Amino acid sequence: MTTEELDLANKAGVPARTDEGPVQYVNELTTLNLGPTHPATHGIFQNILQMDGEKIVSGEQTIGYIHRAFEKIAERRPFYQITTLTDRMNYCSSPINNMGWHMTVEKLLGIEVPKRAQYIRVIMMELARIADHLVCNGILGVDTGALTGFVYLFEEREKIYEIYEEMCGARLTTNMGRIGGMERDLSAEAIRKIKKFLAEFPKVLREFESLLNRNRIFMDRIVGVGGISAERALSYGFTGPNLRAAGVDYDVRVMNPYSSYEDFEFDIPVGQSGDTFDRYMVRNEEIWQSLRIIEQAINNLPEGSHFADAPQYYLPPKQEVYKNMEALIYHFKIVMGEIDAPVGEVYHAVEGGNGELGFYLISDGGRAPYRLHFRRPCFIYYQAYPEMCKGATLSDAIVIMSSMNVIAGELDA
Amino acid sequence: MQLTNRSKQVSNKEMTLAEKMYLPAITKGLGITLKHFFLKKATKPYPDVKTYLGPVFRGHHVLKRDEQGRERCTACGLCAVACPAEAISMVAAERTKGEEALYREEKYAAVYEINMLRCIFCGLCEEACPKQAIYLRHDRFVPVFSDRDEVIYGKDKLVEKSDDRYVRTNPNVQATPTEPSLSRSVS
Ligand code: SF4
Ligand code: SF4
Repeated sequence: MTTEELDLANKAGVPARTDEGPVQYVNELTTLNLGPTHPATHGIFQNILQMDGEKIVSGEQTIGYIHRAFEKIAERRPFYQITTLTDRMNYCSSPINNMGWHMTVEKLLGIEVPKRAQYIRVIMMELARIADHLVCNGILGVDTGALTGFVYLFEEREKIYEIYEEMCGARLTTNMGRIGGMERDLSAEAIRKIKKFLAEFPKVLREFESLLNRNRIFMDRIVGVGGISAERALSYGFTGPNLRAAGVDYDVRVMNPYSSYEDFEFDIPVGQSGDTFDRYMVRNEEIWQSLRIIEQAINNLPEGSHFADAPQYYLPPKQEVYKNMEALIYHFKIVMGEIDAPVGEVYHAVEGGNGELGFYLISDGGRAPYRLHFRRPCFIYYQAYPEMCKGATLSDAIVIMSSMNVIAGELDA
Repeated sequence: MQLTNRSKQVSNKEMTLAEKMYLPAITKGLGITLKHFFLKKATKPYPDVKTYLGPVFRGHHVLKRDEQGRERCTACGLCAVACPAEAISMVAAERTKGEEALYREEKYAAVYEINMLRCIFCGLCEEACPKQAIYLRHDRFVPVFSDRDEVIYGKDKLVEKSDDRYVRTNPNVQATPTEPSLSRSVS
């Protein structure tokens, strides 16, 4: 029986036909609440699934369980405090969110950031991308029953977090960088840790690949599951790895380079049919490309300052504040949020951990944004979820969700 | 759809004969996990072994005293303004005669409180302070709470003890050779 027939059969009063003749179905479908607090959904979102046995007939997604009204809060916060809100969107790759936000404000204020700061940002953003993809691919393994690979990968993610720690002092909610540059230069220790990571990580990733990539059990489980055509993906507004898996090589880093991405050599991995296996492979290859970018950035790190020459927007060094009146005035003005922001509208997008992460900022010249909108890729992916898991089994639905890398913090914002 | 000349096809769904057989994959996987069984353990038995968190880690807040043991904070309120979580509150008071040995400036914080349930450890208060008074320790976490009354840290918990002075670089560990930035240095 097709799903259409089943739908029809379940309308009360409509007779359906079997071999024995017309039969009146009342409701043979099961309603299943997947989530909101289900360990397999990796976040707080609910799916109300109509199940015919093990098959999903239709799904309805509910969002808003961790909605924290970031866009509204942002309307009352000075620009530099909004960074802490972006930390909490895609918390697997918060540095990308931080940098995206800084770049948006810099665009509004017209600040040109020195090359060195841009390269440091690239390094941090690519590390964040690796961390994000490690989580996504590792979790996909867990959801298909391969826990071990995930555990080995998390050891490496720890090393990325140690680099964050060296850079900004926190691991998850990083609040890294400042408007106009970075808050501090790469320390010698950070450079040593990055180089060590670059040297040691490929071995671990190769081991993970040999555990999963061509493993028949894993492939049987995910090939052809949750496919979406390039056309459908585009009309939903997909970006990032999920769109690339469908075969469209759209990448903000290449199409609309920011923060010196045009200086680096890297490929855009694409898949064939947008199914779970493609998404997995695209992410896997992107980790390799990110490593390539970091290597180029760290080897060609330009000399110079790590912050822009914009004393009215970038906090002066503390030593200056104590003895220099002008610096003290700027210090107070910046901390109080009384900077002169121009009136205007800007949109800036970065290639986030899982797609085009955009910031649409309207400023009326006040101390806080008049309106701020986050273009959150997860929000868009989640709209397509019922379509993608229609006709699949329940266990496939879990796999599809984790391969799309829907992160609740970003979904609800 | 081709938009750039950088695309690279990475997905190959055809399995070779060797891949089609379950057994090699299973033995390979078992081999890898067995290898890890003999490798060095990555986990650390916290709290017996503590990790060094880097010289700029944002942990427990501390209100510094100066060299003569006087409180540095002058209750200017900049940290409270900078705090995105609105976790800090304070009451200022005028220094009276005879208190010069206690407070460095003529105005001081009679009450200084941080609500640790609100605090997100962003470090913006430290950056805002013009008096080098508040720092986030790199060597200590805020402990867990079991009671709501414990979460508001007053001056008794925040002001550093004279026998437990905090310095940013821990002499017991090989710290970063270069001080990360002026804005984080401790005088
Ligand atoms: S660390 Fe951040 S949230 Fe905590 S008290 Fe300081 S400014 Fe407020
Ligand atoms: S801690 Fe620093 S910023 Fe906060 S009130 Fe005291 S002197 Fe001002």
